[in-house]
Amino acid sequence: MSERQLTYREAVAEAMAEEMRRDKTIFLMGEDVGIHGGAFGASKGLYDEFGPERVWSTPISESIIVGAGLGAALTGMRPIVEIMYADFTAMAMDSIVNQAAKVKYMYGGRATVPLTIRAPEGAGRGNAAQHSQSLETWFNFIPGLLIVMPATPYDAKGLLKSAIRSDNTVLVLENKLLYGDKGIVPDEDYVVPIGQGIIRKPGRDVTLVATSRMCNLAASAIEKLSAEGIDVEFIDPRTIKPLDMEMIAASVKKTHRAVVVNEGHRTGGFTSELAARIMDDCFEYLDAPILRVAAEDVPIPYNRMLEFEVIPAEKDILQAVRELMR
Amino acid sequence: MHIANLDLGNLGANGIVSGGLPIAVGAALSIKMRKTRQISVVAFGDGATSEGNTHESMNLAGVWKLPVLFLFENNCYAVSTSCEASIAGGSEARRAAGYGMPGVVVDGNDLEAVHYAAEEAIEYVRSGKGSYLLECQTYRIEGHYYGDAMVYRSKEELEAWVARDPIGQAEKVMIERGVLSEAQCRKIQAEVQAEVDQAVEYAIASPEPPLSALFEDVYTGEVKA
Repeated sequence: MSERQLTYREAVAEAMAEEMRRDKTIFLMGEDVGIHGGAFGASKGLYDEFGPERVWSTPISESIIVGAGLGAALTGMRPIVEIMYADFTAMAMDSIVNQAAKVKYMYGGRATVPLTIRAPEGAGRGNAAQHSQSLETWFNFIPGLLIVMPATPYDAKGLLKSAIRSDNTVLVLENKLLYGDKGIVPDEDYVVPIGQGIIRKPGRDVTLVATSRMCNLAASAIEKLSAEGIDVEFIDPRTIKPLDMEMIAASVKKTHRAVVVNEGHRTGGFTSELAARIMDDCFEYLDAPILRVAAEDVPIPYNRMLEFEVIPAEKDILQAVRELMR
Repeated sequence: MHIANLDLGNLGANGIVSGGLPIAVGAALSIKMRKTRQISVVAFGDGATSEGNTHESMNLAGVWKLPVLFLFENNCYAVSTSCEASIAGGSEARRAAGYGMPGVVVDGNDLEAVHYAAEEAIEYVRSGKGSYLLECQTYRIEGHYYGDAMVYRSKEELEAWVARDPIGQAEKVMIERGVLSEAQCRKIQAEVQAEVDQAVEYAIASPEPPLSALFEDVYTGEVKA
């Protein structure tokens, strides 16, 4: 296996390029994805290689970006559609929630929707309330949608390939602050299966489940906790739906304690679901309540200092784990 | 509400007003990429013309010159809202120019007129010139739902349109031209009625689905969500 390093955004572009070479029915559609290379550079090089017949730059029209993706998916194509910021999925909610998610069920199984919807999430760049959200919990609520959240360049390439190859509507929620992260990305065809979590670090004392960019905070917190003699088992679920409860439950049954971390808001956020699922499967095994580390229930502030107070920080993870271990 | 048959190219009726337009535009995009001689046809009513989806669909189809026939069935009412109360500028067909496509109005209750207008529209779209809006003016004789008291329109208005019933008019023309006799018209009506009755009986007599069907077809393939 090669030791080549790519950035997260390069890994995303490589996944799309490799898949588009492999299968002519795969195409990319979204705002500024063509010659501009995508607002975050995640489709750099694709227009040069594949041209306007496979890489379509649209007007600003999220509802039809997804809706037309659905129409193409129903008629023999395998679209990747990009929504520039996850916040703008709000403009496309009917297409995602009422159409793509439900078509197969409503048509008695006689439809297949091989649609991939990519969108970057996340705060920490001073992009304020309408450009900084983490919205996986919205889509987790809707039967018919699958959701992946790669936290590393390796997973970004592997999960996106799985999403593209899936015959389901898969949301690939990237994180804008992860785009510049570097990591080992094999220069070969590989996939990360949908629904498979990963134990980033095995441990005995407490299970820490973190998603997307929160994994970077968790990794740093764990080093400090190790020095304090707290042995954390750190799980990155990688897929939100279907959630790898087998891995998470096995871990909590071993450690008897759990902290769940997600950048979405606390109320109704993904930590609520994680906590409920852990309770469902591991109640008898818990020695302490499940602690949730999530964003405050306020819109993400523009002011940098306030922004970092609202979203989870490393100190919040440290505080939660230490509290559990007292 | 969502009857579909993808094998026949029917991508489905849609429970969301205007829901079909983006799908139709996507199908047209697919046609363009697959390089077939198909066209994409989407039917929608006056209610849909106010939805954002309709604007986005016509705009994208217009700008990319996609092979879409926008079949606008203007039956004058969306539940209780008339097209006068909902279409700013007074005409959806006139808006077509704003989307870079022809907008043609035809008497939707005249079978022949619609046939020839549709021929022209289809030819245009299939030739690769882009999209086309065909507005068929008609009227919703029944209420929006059973029990609709229809307080929003006058008896006179309704009766004037009932007199222009499309099937009745078509029969009259065909009898006048000697294409069909009165007896043949009645026979066709009876046969169609029987077919519909049979279908209804079949549906009513069919068993309920098993409980296991509840969880089927949410996803494609094995997904333990």
